[in-house]
Amino acid sequence: MTLLTEKDFGTPPAQSTKLVTLEIDGHTVTVPEGTSIMRAAMELGTQIPKLCATDMVKPFGSCRLCIVEIEGRKGTPASCTTPVAEGIKVKTQSDRLLQLRRGVMELYISDHPLDCLTCASNGDCELQDMAGAVGLREVRYGFEGKNHIAARNTDSSVNASYKPKDTTNPYFTFDPAKCIVCLRCVRACEEVQGTFALTVDGRGFDGQIAAGMDEGFLASECVSCGACVQACPTATLMENTVIARGQPEHTVLTTCAYCGVGCSFKAEMRGDEVIRMVPWKDGGANEGHSCVKGRFAWGYASHKDRITTPMIRERITDPWREVTWDEAIAHAASRFKAIQAKYGKGAIGGITSSRCTNEEVFAVQKMVRAAFGVNNVDTCARVCHSPTGYGLSKTFGTSAGTQNFKSVDKADVIMVVGASPTDGHPVFASRLKKRIRQGARLIVIDPRATGMVRSPHVEAVHHLALLPGTNVAVINALAHVILTEGLENKAFIAERCDTAEFARWADFISDPRHAPEAVQDITRVPAAELRAAARLYATAGNGAIYYGLGVTEHSQGTTMVMGLANLAMLTGNIGREGVGVNPLRGQNNVQGSCDMGSFPHELSGYRHISDPSVRGLFERDWNVTLDSDPGLRIPNMLAAAVDGSFKGLFVQGEDIAQSDPNTQHVTAGLAAMDCVVVQDLFLNETAAYAHVFLPGTSFLEKDGTFTNAERRINRVRPVMAPKTGKHEWQAVAELASAMGYAMAYSSAAEIMDEIARLTPGFARVSFKMLDERGSVQWPCNDAAPDGTPIMHVKGFVRGKGRFMLTDYVATPERATGRFPLILTTGRTLTQYNVGAQTRRTGNVAWHPEDILEIHPHDAELRGISEGQLVSLSSRVGQTTLRAHITEGIPVGVVYTTFHHPVTGANVITTDYSDWATNCPEYKVTAVQVGLTNAASDWQNQWTEHRAASTRREARRQ
Amino acid sequence: MTAAFETETETLTRMANQIAGFFSAYGEAEAAAETATHINAYWESRMRRGLLAHVAAGGVGLSPIVLAAAVKINRPA
Repeated sequence: MTLLTEKDFGTPPAQSTKLVTLEIDGHTVTVPEGTSIMRAAMELGTQIPKLCATDMVKPFGSCRLCIVEIEGRKGTPASCTTPVAEGIKVKTQSDRLLQLRRGVMELYISDHPLDCLTCASNGDCELQDMAGAVGLREVRYGFEGKNHIAARNTDSSVNASYKPKDTTNPYFTFDPAKCIVCLRCVRACEEVQGTFALTVDGRGFDGQIAAGMDEGFLASECVSCGACVQACPTATLMENTVIARGQPEHTVLTTCAYCGVGCSFKAEMRGDEVIRMVPWKDGGANEGHSCVKGRFAWGYASHKDRITTPMIRERITDPWREVTWDEAIAHAASRFKAIQAKYGKGAIGGITSSRCTNEEVFAVQKMVRAAFGVNNVDTCARVCHSPTGYGLSKTFGTSAGTQNFKSVDKADVIMVVGASPTDGHPVFASRLKKRIRQGARLIVIDPRATGMVRSPHVEAVHHLALLPGTNVAVINALAHVILTEGLENKAFIAERCDTAEFARWADFISDPRHAPEAVQDITRVPAAELRAAARLYATAGNGAIYYGLGVTEHSQGTTMVMGLANLAMLTGNIGREGVGVNPLRGQNNVQGSCDMGSFPHELSGYRHISDPSVRGLFERDWNVTLDSDPGLRIPNMLAAAVDGSFKGLFVQGEDIAQSDPNTQHVTAGLAAMDCVVVQDLFLNETAAYAHVFLPGTSFLEKDGTFTNAERRINRVRPVMAPKTGKHEWQAVAELASAMGYAMAYSSAAEIMDEIARLTPGFARVSFKMLDERGSVQWPCNDAAPDGTPIMHVKGFVRGKGRFMLTDYVATPERATGRFPLILTTGRTLTQYNVGAQTRRTGNVAWHPEDILEIHPHDAELRGISEGQLVSLSSRVGQTTLRAHITEGIPVGVVYTTFHHPVTGANVITTDYSDWATNCPEYKVTAVQVGLTNAASDWQNQWTEHRAASTRREARRQ
Repeated sequence: MTAAFETETETLTRMANQIAGFFSAYGEAEAAAETATHINAYWESRMRRGLLAHVAAGGVGLSPIVLAAAVKINRPA
């Protein structure tokens, strides 16, 4: 398509259902009550001149350019701040309005550089457009007066009003000389992003936009979401890529490849070069907002480290040898077949990736089941949200979040559990914060004072700062309070839930051992605070639960998911807008990779492999006999490799040597294998143990779909041809064929057709349908042809909701005298997962290394000062990193991220895992911290290993 | 710090006991049945074989629920 320019209605839509009819320039228009005259005019196709108005923020009425005349009313009101009224007659153009608007524009232009031809905004400047729209032909005031443009006045004295460009942000430039102080940036930062990082410093003519305390964008609280850049009508805030490369000429609509929010973007292109990524207003998940990763951190796709040629080697100590696709695939197939001949069919398997499309994931799991002849296929969701799948399917009947993101706009009380949306799901966090600023109440259950607990105009009513590992005790206590105080929704339970199971659960949860007073010594949550939080959730109206990996990545991760589901059913907070139980998925396609049959025990659509009718459906379609036994999960594969019975692995787009727990166990497993095939963009940590490297495609090259955390299936469209010459699913199909199972597709759309044919929840999904509709939330089938924004509306998928008994079982990972602190790990806003993508972008400006957060008390005991190197050790490993002392982490708990391989955060974490799913217990590791001045032995080995790899790379043939 | 990994038997014992630990709230008989159902549904054959071999060897460290569940665990071919 050509460059997609979305219509700007000037002001946001009104929500009223009452309609008002008025006349604008002689034309009748009917709009919702509360609509601005500006927006009503735009509905008619009449664009009233404007500068300070844009429909992403509320009207402000400062520029005075959008004035109109209303019959019978005095003066010339601003159309952006004047609401429609029944029967009024509006004129948007007259001699008087023209003269007034020209006067306004003269004032603006008298303090604006006249460098349009060399300006980065040339061709995309609203100020330029408005000068044209009002017929500006002269500036009577001249350009010699007081201004913000020149560093020096005409008499050579220093111009105190001038401020130089701020180029501290790696992605955009702030040029105050071009600013018209319309405050669109300030308002976007407040209303859309909710960070409040920008302000106007000074008054009147002296007023200038400032980031933070005017310390520059990078040093300020700015989170670089890009909302201000998007809102700016001039070149004051401008993407550096546009400054460097010029304006784009066409648009490709696609989906972000970072977190589970799944934002829709306009890839704005010049030829096959991306100029910028701009969030799409019609994107169902993000509605025009973005974060620093999706908006700006896409440069990794063309990073010099990118590998675009297949490579093989005999031993992992050999240098890589570049080969043709045919040779690489033949080599991989030959090695895999030799392993199966020697060790048996079950000696190989594969791992799918949540960073890949549904079609790519489906192809890999099909290859493993049909070509390898085993069910040893697993996905990276194993180490993040696998407990969500098990927990929600046992209670509700399906493995999915219950709501769309928009639902939170109707929530009255929001419970955020074990999640830091401002880091992991920033665009949804902005929506959450907006709702809280509107009056919804917030409960945060998290050991850390996350970005949700207290920020400008947002504060949790209750922050239950529990000790890591005691989630289930807390959720049981909340349920205990609600039930024993008679706050449960009896009608909902009677109508929608299995009453026998409820009765059993009620007996269980009423036991005094679950009372807040009984568990407060374990959880560290004061009983009174917990009781107040329970009452709030049960009585404040619509209660919505959002949770993250702080729920799932525990030995009782699945139990906790069930506990959340119990709580929602107990209070009737399921099956309508504003409520629900919602997993915030870490990676972009976690939901999709699970949906696609990546788990070793089930086929697409969460149907167990042992079910002969389901298996038969696939066997007939695929013309193959499938194994009825579940296969190995990722940790089981690695354990079997160490044990000697698992010898070959296909790894699609994951870096288990960095992301999975107990790194030394993972690498021991990988090193014990005869053939590891890695399909990725980069030679990641896992590739150090690989024998075959199949170059992967970035999201800019992919053709397919991602499914986000709200079950929304979005199109991923290629903006350029694969740099590798092959789509990932093509390489997978060729490998399957080389293994002896004929597998071929002509397009990704054909794979989706197969998915739809075999998966009831996807029955009506096709690329054609998605291209027509934009996106759809599954289930999308004959029963729900328009998709399903809200689940369980009339009944649970399993019929009656099932309350599960969720006894608290303490993790065996305990703080001891030797390891007295508890380490919990997570992620930060600017980095993503193992950092393979974001470390290769300007985002390193914010987070160049992993840091250990430690409470002042624990630091003081150990003589640790801010920024010092400390040793972090557990019973399985040791690493060295810098300390950051903060009261945001409780006494006795330390925290770090896992974005940088040299840190090796997962050298510390253990093999302990969730009882039901083997999801690792990343959130609880007993550790000790002490001062050091040296890297750990593991880090020294890693550095030597990396140096040896670099030397081999230099010898690559 | 040197890497010290659990043995396969230690891993299977820990995992099985965890499953039994969850279902223990349902009472011993139901817990044993649910534990067996869970293992049959999610454990690959060599894991089931390893657990059953450990049970046959005396089942040191296994909870009574797991030992009761063992008879209902599908024995791999």
